[in-house]
Amino acid sequence: MSGGNMKTFLTQLLDNNPITLQILGICSALAVTTSLGTALTMSAALTVVLMMSNGTISLIRNHLPSSIRLIVQITIIASLVIVADQILLAFAFEMSQRLSIFVGLIVTNCLVLGRAEGFAMRNPIWPSLLDGLANGLGYSAVLIVVGTIRELLGTGMLLGRTILPTVETGGWFEPLGLMLLAPSAFFIIGLLIWAIRTLRPAQIEEPEFRIRTTDVSRTS
Amino acid sequence: MIDLFQRAIFEENLALSFFLGICTFLAVSKRVDTAVGLGLALIVVQTITIPVNHLILVLLLNKGAWAWAGLPDMDLTFLKLISFIGVIAAMVQILEMVLDRFVPVLHRSLGIFLPLITVNCAILGASLFMAERQYNLEESMVYGLGSGIGWALAIAAFAAIRERLRYSDIPAGLQGLGIAFIATGFMSMGFSAFVGVRLP
Repeated sequence: MSGGNMKTFLTQLLDNNPITLQILGICSALAVTTSLGTALTMSAALTVVLMMSNGTISLIRNHLPSSIRLIVQITIIASLVIVADQILLAFAFEMSQRLSIFVGLIVTNCLVLGRAEGFAMRNPIWPSLLDGLANGLGYSAVLIVVGTIRELLGTGMLLGRTILPTVETGGWFEPLGLMLLAPSAFFIIGLLIWAIRTLRPAQIEEPEFRIRTTDVSRTS
Repeated sequence: MIDLFQRAIFEENLALSFFLGICTFLAVSKRVDTAVGLGLALIVVQTITIPVNHLILVLLLNKGAWAWAGLPDMDLTFLKLISFIGVIAAMVQILEMVLDRFVPVLHRSLGIFLPLITVNCAILGASLFMAERQYNLEESMVYGLGSGIGWALAIAAFAAIRERLRYSDIPAGLQGLGIAFIATGFMSMGFSAFVGVRLP
């Protein structure tokens, strides 16, 4: 791996994270994070699909007429997702029931199509594969963080093992029911964005209006 | 039926409790009028595609659908993803052409939103829910209309909040995307108050 490739790889993880900066692929990120297990499965499925689709599209990019490229891309992605879905059904049936429709929704995950259109269409196969992996891992990192927080604070467990003993089982920890409901996912991602932007002030968006703070005593 | 309709709008709101279509939800909610336009386009597409997808599922893909051709054991349900997305893309295209031909005024105002809808997970998600919960034709019509209205309602309300949000004093790191997420979280809490409401 050359130095340039490694650098693009690292910037995708934190500085150009698909979820917190590019606003891509949020739908599934929020829905599957009620527990760490589902978050990990979803991350793995998405990373594999993203790498494969980036690689395939990059391979045939010179033979694709631009008028039909979107439909070809969607077909490739949908076929890959069907394979991932069927593999989950075959080898991890319970997990696939818990993820319900969200593995299928990788098809319309804007992240996959966005990287195919934005990167794989213009770059050779090796950087495209790396880009897929980097974006997939960036996505996974956010999912894992959110999944850990929600499962730990919502049930006191991680991957089904008790970490914080809850009150019902004689411990001290009172589980936060809100963490398992939909709103908490929005709050956690919002706060996560705040944290990342505090570390990386370059990502802060300009406010559309500034509040004017003129000194009143001087104007009179 | 009314119960299903009510549940699709409020309790199981696609955007706020299943997080479907959130990308578009955050990207196109800066102004109320565009948000309402997108919402209307989504209601129309949703009401058409879900019953059509239901028919395709029952008549072509389900196990036993090809029994008349001497293939009683053929089960094509694994093809549902690819056929649903094809139907959605085709429907959006047809709708665009029909609107352009017969109602050009509406086409001009909705036109730019229609292509966006093809990759909106709310539509594919609702179709997959329809397949998973095995709705019949009438139920899928009602579900399509209800979930479309629910999504439109959510984005219109959120855009109205966001127009106000521009004038507020927000910590620098939360500016824009961060505060949008947190506001959506509060809206989602508001909608979860409808859980358990049953109409007679």
